[in-house]
Amino acid sequence: MDCTNILVVGIGGQGVMTATEILAEAAIALGHDVKKTEVAGMAQRGGVVSSHLRFGPKVLSPQITAGSADLLLAFEAAEALRWCHFLRPGGLVLMNTARLVPPVVNIGLYDYPADPAAEIRARGYEVHGFDAMDLAMALGDVRLGNTVMLGALGDHLPFPAEVLLEAIVKRFAARKPLLVELNRKAFAAGRAADAAAAHDKAGA
Amino acid sequence: MAAVMPAPAQSRLLLSGNEAVARAVWESGVRVAAAYPGTPSTEMLEALSTYPDLYAEWSVNEKVSLEVAIGAAYAGSRAFCCMKHVGLNVASDALMTLTLTGVVGGLVIAVADDVGLSSSQNEQDSRYWGRFGHLPIFEPADSQEAYDMTKAAYALSERHQVPVLLRLTTRVCHVKALAVVGERVAHAATGFKKDPARWVMTPAGASKRIPLMFERDKALRAESEASPFNFAEAGTDLRVGFVTSGPAAMHVREAFPNAPMLKLGLSCPLPLEKLRAFAAGVERLVVVEETEPLIETELKASGIACHGKDILPTMGELAPPVLLPAVAGLLGEPVPENLVPAAKVFPRPPTMCVACPHLGVYYTLAQIKNLFIAGDIGCYTLGAGHPWNALDTTISMGASMGIAMGLDKGRSDADKDKRVLAVIGDSTFMHMGMQGLLDIVYNRGNVTVLILDNRAVGMTGGQNNPGNGRDIHGGEAPRVHFAKLVESLGVKPDRIHVVDPYKLPVLFKTIRDEIKIPEVSVIITDQPCVLVDDYKKQRPYKVEDAKCTGCGNCVDVGCPAIHVMRREKAVKPSGKEVELQFVNIETAACTGCGLCVQPCAPEAIVRMAAGEQVSILKRH
Repeated sequence: MDCTNILVVGIGGQGVMTATEILAEAAIALGHDVKKTEVAGMAQRGGVVSSHLRFGPKVLSPQITAGSADLLLAFEAAEALRWCHFLRPGGLVLMNTARLVPPVVNIGLYDYPADPAAEIRARGYEVHGFDAMDLAMALGDVRLGNTVMLGALGDHLPFPAEVLLEAIVKRFAARKPLLVELNRKAFAAGRAADAAAAHDKAGA
Repeated sequence: MAAVMPAPAQSRLLLSGNEAVARAVWESGVRVAAAYPGTPSTEMLEALSTYPDLYAEWSVNEKVSLEVAIGAAYAGSRAFCCMKHVGLNVASDALMTLTLTGVVGGLVIAVADDVGLSSSQNEQDSRYWGRFGHLPIFEPADSQEAYDMTKAAYALSERHQVPVLLRLTTRVCHVKALAVVGERVAHAATGFKKDPARWVMTPAGASKRIPLMFERDKALRAESEASPFNFAEAGTDLRVGFVTSGPAAMHVREAFPNAPMLKLGLSCPLPLEKLRAFAAGVERLVVVEETEPLIETELKASGIACHGKDILPTMGELAPPVLLPAVAGLLGEPVPENLVPAAKVFPRPPTMCVACPHLGVYYTLAQIKNLFIAGDIGCYTLGAGHPWNALDTTISMGASMGIAMGLDKGRSDADKDKRVLAVIGDSTFMHMGMQGLLDIVYNRGNVTVLILDNRAVGMTGGQNNPGNGRDIHGGEAPRVHFAKLVESLGVKPDRIHVVDPYKLPVLFKTIRDEIKIPEVSVIITDQPCVLVDDYKKQRPYKVEDAKCTGCGNCVDVGCPAIHVMRREKAVKPSGKEVELQFVNIETAACTGCGLCVQPCAPEAIVRMAAGEQVSILKRH
């Protein structure tokens, strides 16, 4: 089956599931069959969240198999490393470089990886890293982070970025019309950050 | 949750399996729906509570929810109840005699198995109830099937006056997929008809109903043979034919697109003739079922040779990465390997929330030695984890009471000075803890009971319950008074204390005093869950770096907003080497509960000024 597989990961409370749902709505708008599934245990409590999105002419299993994701959208640096083996060989990680350090690291039971992006690259994957939290804060609200992340994904989808932007706008227009413009800006900021990260990498 | 109600008929909607079941329940004309929350089943009733023309309730436990649904079905209304897998254990007393009386109005019981253990204490296979209780079972694989089978289940239920089980798993409940929906068709209640021989199950009555149950089995097997939900798909690769049910069918189709597959939607009773015919057309049969070998065992008992749990695991999901190597091994083919192994990254277990009132309780319990602490099921089960390590047992809803009693009565000589505590949440106490407390009182146990009343079913998303005085719609409802309740159960008034869990010295003294008294005490903490509207945020605290001595006392509170920024080794005057932990507070997350302030000796944690800019702790 010719499905597009996108894995979205992060931690509970970051808006991972909402971001995936918006992606799903964009794919549905284009007439695709869609399945979206989470492994979210007790997600509300700061645990790991991984959200699988598959779309195409017909989707059977909702789960992405390790080694077959086309894209990894990671809302947190260590989570990018945790899940990168789900990518197909050479696949692309769009990574928020901001770190969310859990209590088990705080109390000294475990270490946070020294350089998650470098470790991911060492495994043969491409990484576009940017600080989505800074970009969101610059626009005045850290909650814009998930729209920044979706913006970064915009130019890597099998459909135009504008379709995804439209899905975001549609959702906010229905629920919080005052936030439409801010989300447009956040989307653009994420898209620009991704392009810059790609450019840096090409330069290096 | 967004209401799906306004969507017009024939809409193609992105629905979770739970939302799809709810939609079909509503369209089926169901008039009464009841449940106790439990992952992964909770969203079914949450969705139903948004629909019109239907009575929905959060019941106090699953047994009551089933009994409410039974009564409604006896009255000739279509009825629904849903629960997580372990909930049906609680409800099974009613279920196992309900199968004798049967129903008048259609009754569907959705039971959601947590295959993969995302948020449960065990991983049991609810399909056993179909065999045990002689009840038909539907097993949908995705949202569309969940919708279609729910509707078919009501028709089947009324055709045979039998309650029908709808067996879901986490991977159906929580997957969002497209489903085409229709319109509601009202079903008026036909009325309760007095008929003691049918509705009053005495030995004489039951003995007349049991043969009818076995007759019904035959009729249900004929239904299964004819059911369009049990269908074979032809394939070109006849080396293996798959028999499968539920979401495992999607995985089989994904992994083996060219193999013949018999998919069982109405999987109990089994359509043995259909299965026999399918088996005859393939070289070998592999049964793919989550989680236990029920279909496999029945096939073998019927003389149909098959593989199953000889090559597949009896726990967890049977996704393509599990299926592909197992079947390759069976066929003697090279086993595919994972290309890139997973990186080793610290675990990120769920944590208590910032400012959670339970933090104060577990911080205090961690300070007191010589305790046995029986825990219970809810957010507060996380108290078993770091940094508190404060719970010694967890097994089932309400079990902290009886287990504490048994730890008291069964103690060894070496443990004669141990104090026994039980820790239970408000909703769990009302679910199944009240009876256990009565047992402790009546049988004169020496147990200190902590009821953590946070006015919500916190773990499943803060649903209302009789402890917060709000019903399923958020409307006003009678509210339980816990202190009066436990006094009525026989706890002496002097032994009942209501304590603010944010006041650590009071909490510490109260627990310390009560565990010394050799009789039952109840300590009720009374601050709301931080995720419900009752919780009022306050101005955050911050750390004054210059004053922090690195003692780490605040870290022991376990609040996720407190971060260790720097560690240093130091030598105490006694010569003992210690590790200092210099901290900071993520002020954007802090809601000013003040727990961490109390153990901070150097007064390095101070309230922020009004209007002072909060910040996120950034690390790169």
